[in-house]
Amino acid sequence: MATAAAHQAYGTAEDTADTGAYERAFDAAVAAEERIEPRDWMPDAYRATLVRQMAQHAHSEIIGMQPEANWITRAPSLRRKAILMAKVQDEAGHGLYLYSAAETLGTSRDELLDKLHSGRQKYSSIFNYPTLTWADVGAIGWLVDGAAITNQVPLCRCSYGPYARAMVRICKEESFHQRQGYELLLALGRGTPEQRAMAQDAVNRWWWPSLMMFGPPDDESAHSAQSMTWKIKRHSNDELRQRFVDICVPQAESLGLTLPDPDLRWNEERGHYDFGPIDWTEFKEVLKGNGPCNEQRLTQRRRAHEEGAWVRESAAAYAAKHTNRTGGSSKLGETGATRA
Amino acid sequence: MTAPETAAVPTTAALSLGDDALVLSHRLGEWAGHAPVLEEEVALANIALDLLGQARVLLSTVGDEDELAYLREERAFRNLQLVEQPNGDFAHTIARQLYFSTYQHLLYAELAAVDGPFAGLAAKAVKEVAYHRDHAEQWTLRLGDGTETGHERMQRACTALWRFTGEMFQPVDGLDVDLAGMETAWLQSVRAVLHRATLTVPEGPRAGAWTAGAGRQGVHTESFGRMLAEMQHLHRSHPGASW
Repeated sequence: MATAAAHQAYGTAEDTADTGAYERAFDAAVAAEERIEPRDWMPDAYRATLVRQMAQHAHSEIIGMQPEANWITRAPSLRRKAILMAKVQDEAGHGLYLYSAAETLGTSRDELLDKLHSGRQKYSSIFNYPTLTWADVGAIGWLVDGAAITNQVPLCRCSYGPYARAMVRICKEESFHQRQGYELLLALGRGTPEQRAMAQDAVNRWWWPSLMMFGPPDDESAHSAQSMTWKIKRHSNDELRQRFVDICVPQAESLGLTLPDPDLRWNEERGHYDFGPIDWTEFKEVLKGNGPCNEQRLTQRRRAHEEGAWVRESAAAYAAKHTNRTGGSSKLGETGATRA
Repeated sequence: MTAPETAAVPTTAALSLGDDALVLSHRLGEWAGHAPVLEEEVALANIALDLLGQARVLLSTVGDEDELAYLREERAFRNLQLVEQPNGDFAHTIARQLYFSTYQHLLYAELAAVDGPFAGLAAKAVKEVAYHRDHAEQWTLRLGDGTETGHERMQRACTALWRFTGEMFQPVDGLDVDLAGMETAWLQSVRAVLHRATLTVPEGPRAGAWTAGAGRQGVHTESFGRMLAEMQHLHRSHPGASW
């Protein structure tokens, strides 16, 4: 439980003579590792930062369905097909959790989707890379989900309660996907020479983009310092990136695959792996919309939304007609999808 | 390849039901990332997964599931022509779901009720299929009795797919069910849903020499070969590989 003042029922801060008291109580709650909840007072900038980060996170889940869904219809065995379908379904579910969590801050899913579709909000740069072979599905599971987990596990302790709780559920499923991706690559690594080459090629293409998922280097990260003070973030970009590299190197070895970095080597003194420079120019280009699939990803997302408009409208019209008769239980979103 | 003749479970029946589930699951998988609302991303994938699970059990009773799925030619597949129909718009997908899940629910309920080779599978699957049927019925109502556009599209879809529905009630070797009774129940149920959805029950024929009724004999519609080409190409490109 957070301190009494921070949890005091509203009144907006402007109504009170002493905004400072709210602010001090908020700071104290955060410092004491207490959770901030939706009805608690919070600084406007804290709210805005969370909305931005959670929306971007939710958008990444739903855009991230595309590169993997690209292989559902071509999965080479029924077992792999089932695993991949379940994974893409989980991602839609994660998107739903995260939009719901963001809505506790006073925005709406429709508003956030609108910002995604109009390019005013971003999604993770990684999903602008194409899935060119089946092995890419494994590389995404191992590296992309691995990087996501490294980033997200600390978010389970994020100061904002609804986000932290969403992350606990999401991280459990993500680590399952990550193991499945690793196991997919392991099967390829132990397969025919063509399968091994496919796996190596995929890792070569996904390694550097995965390292970019941790964001710009610490000295260029605009939001980091504030987010760390607010305990939204717990570790710096570079710290998490290093942690990820340290985890991946031995895993690559046991997969029998190499990582495409000639500078990668153990540094006894630091107790970490040194690794080569990241191409930040590429990173910036992808963020600006000039990556290999930015246009395609956004176009598909917009098209699904536009082509689905009549479906949503029809469901809303049905709900309006039948609300009185059925006691208001026929809302869009209540058909199907309720079973875990 | 062809299935062995000596399987403990009636081969033709297992392949027919397994192929229905496999092919429809594949079609639903094509929706991933394209659904009209996030909840439907979850729901359609959920149904596709259930069906894929059923397909794997059924095909495994006949032989190796992957050999059967990936190495048979179009003419060896025994699924209904209904389930191979392209997704079309959301209404088209829902109409296909309504027709098929109503049939599958009646069929599995009957198979689960008697002691037979499919009783075990049917007892588990009937619960999944009840959910699929509910999902399809709920959406038929929302589209049929929602906006004018919804109504028009749902009507068009129901009419377009009507001619594929007779095939479900043609005899299948080794499938010991009361087909006539099932057909009556199917018609009653589908008519009732369409009426509630303010839709007109289509009047055209429900089967014809080439329009429907031949999928069980391995005669399919044109889009099916293309679907298989996509589904099988990677597996076929690496003969003998494990995945």
